[in-house]
Amino acid sequence: MNLAEAIRLRDSSRLPSRRDEDWRWTDLRSLVRTLPEPSPSLDAARLGPGPFEGICETVVTLANGVGPVAIEVSAGETRTLALRNVSRGDGSHAAHLRITVAAGARLTLLESHEGDGGGLSLLSLEVDLASGASCERLVIADGGTDAISLVDAEVRLGAGSEWAQTLLTNGARRQRLETRVLNPGDGASVRLDGIYVLSGRSHADQTSSVTHSGPQGQTVQLTRGVVDDQARAVFQGRITVEAGADGTDARMAHNALILSDRAEVDARPELEIYADDVACAHGATVGTLDAELLFYMRQRGLPEAEARSLLLASFLGEVIDRIQCAAAAGRMRAWLQERIWGSGE
Amino acid sequence: MLSLRNLHARVGEREILKGLSLEIPAGEVHAIMGPNGAGKSTLSYVLTGRPGYEVTSGAAELDGVDLLTQAPDERAARGLFLSFQYPLEIPGVPALTFIRTSVNAQRKARGEAEMSAPDFLKRARACAADLKMDFDMLKRPLNVGFSGGEKKRMEILQMALLSPRFMILDETDSGLDIDALRIVSEGVNALRSPDRSLLVITHYQRLLDYIRPDRVHVLAGGRIVASGGPELAHELERDGYDKFARAA
Ligand SMILES: Nc1ncnc2c1ncn2[C@@H]1O[C@H](COP(=O)(O)OP(=O)(O)OP(=O)(O)O)[C@@H](O)[C@H]1O
Ligand SMILES: [Mg+2]
Repeated sequence: MNLAEAIRLRDSSRLPSRRDEDWRWTDLRSLVRTLPEPSPSLDAARLGPGPFEGICETVVTLANGVGPVAIEVSAGETRTLALRNVSRGDGSHAAHLRITVAAGARLTLLESHEGDGGGLSLLSLEVDLASGASCERLVIADGGTDAISLVDAEVRLGAGSEWAQTLLTNGARRQRLETRVLNPGDGASVRLDGIYVLSGRSHADQTSSVTHSGPQGQTVQLTRGVVDDQARAVFQGRITVEAGADGTDARMAHNALILSDRAEVDARPELEIYADDVACAHGATVGTLDAELLFYMRQRGLPEAEARSLLLASFLGEVIDRIQCAAAAGRMRAWLQERIWGSGE
Repeated sequence: MLSLRNLHARVGEREILKGLSLEIPAGEVHAIMGPNGAGKSTLSYVLTGRPGYEVTSGAAELDGVDLLTQAPDERAARGLFLSFQYPLEIPGVPALTFIRTSVNAQRKARGEAEMSAPDFLKRARACAADLKMDFDMLKRPLNVGFSGGEKKRMEILQMALLSPRFMILDETDSGLDIDALRIVSEGVNALRSPDRSLLVITHYQRLLDYIRPDRVHVLAGGRIVASGGPELAHELERDGYDKFARAA
């Protein structure tokens, strides 16, 4: 199984299926019998504004998979950069982008996945942070209701570096956002947060794995989501603390609200610990909105839809509160509010 | 103002209100007392439209308008307020945000203009000061981590800011210390006016020393079994519910 190969060779037998343990809830092979034609080229200059428009000057665009192949942030530099991954039409395409952040440099990456049409797209990111470097990756993934959208990030951290990530998604026909982080310890820290707001028949899969290979590393993870109608969310989070990675601090939480009988949340949090003196915790809850609380709010005059929206906004908003880049956080909060209040009416 | 006629209601399979009738004219304060499990809170939920509380027969009108066909938020916008026996916590939503949203939702439903943020803040500060509440408490998520007494005070603060016309207080006195009882009662009395009415549910005479009722009713077995003036509360305090429980 190799996604990029499958797309390049148009060989659907190479797509992951339910028999692949990590893909059992996001089966692509039974969905895609034949891979679509390669996507036609797309004029990046003629796309409308992206969701992070205007926050920073530098915008890197991948238009139907075509665009730059590397981004480098040099030592000591501080940069904010928008990365737009735009897919149009019913074709398929795959892109690979390498990002390197040199020692002591800071990158704020404002990443958007903008899809429409019924195509299949893959973006593979390969990220290296040198020692003392930091990167905040903020993602808005709006795959489009008919598209299959796959985003894969492989992140390698240097000593004392910092990786902070927040994913915000409303899913796609099938969508998978996968992040794998190698945390060498030695003061390196990781934040892997996520939000999903799903309705209709959309599907969103947030899968992550963090491997602590050395002592004194930190990982915090908070994922919250809401599923309505016949939507389906998948959360798979694995934290592995290898032998010798003593003094690791790892905390994972996943909280979901299910708003309809036909919606579904599949969650698999895993902690595997082979080291000593490790502080690890994980908490997972799946629930519904509290009917008694809704009545209390309605007694004060809030119409039901407004009461529900207020509860959802505060539940999900706590993830946004953890974002460092204030301008992007504002944009993500607005994006979220629009989906919550829009669907609530 | 409030008119209840032969109200029957059930929760699940169980009938709890069994023919309850009551008239509360504008400007009056009526107290309801009665043994545990008599149906007092049930009555307050039936009036405010809590899901699961099903009225099987009878009528409930506020100013001649049928309450029972309206959604809970419509009833609230018409001026009906319930101070809950057990107020709920709203995680993540600051009290100020919640109350302002409520005030404006009610105004919108009545076709009135929104209250501006500065106006609202000014009123909230004044109400908090009257109730001797630390204003910073209003910045915290509503009722989360509040003590029982603080939650009751927060109910009265919400009531003052929403300025309802018909108020139901369900055991607002329980959980309040001696000073808080006086302060909260003063807050309630400040809302009394010729066009507002109050239904006070309590187990103790003490609250009625502060909030003087015009009428006192005994609710037992799902019906009003006795009514009288303020002296009835003293009588109950002395003799208990024995003879009424038998009547019910
Ligand atoms: N959701 C419910 N399901 C089943 N029974 C209920 C429910 N709610 C109330 N009851 C029952 O209805 C009866 C009346 O309850 P209610 O809370 O109205 O009493 P109350 O008069 O307010 O009592 P208290 O003085 O203890 O507050 C009780 O026997 C109670 O157990
Ligand atoms: Mg009660």
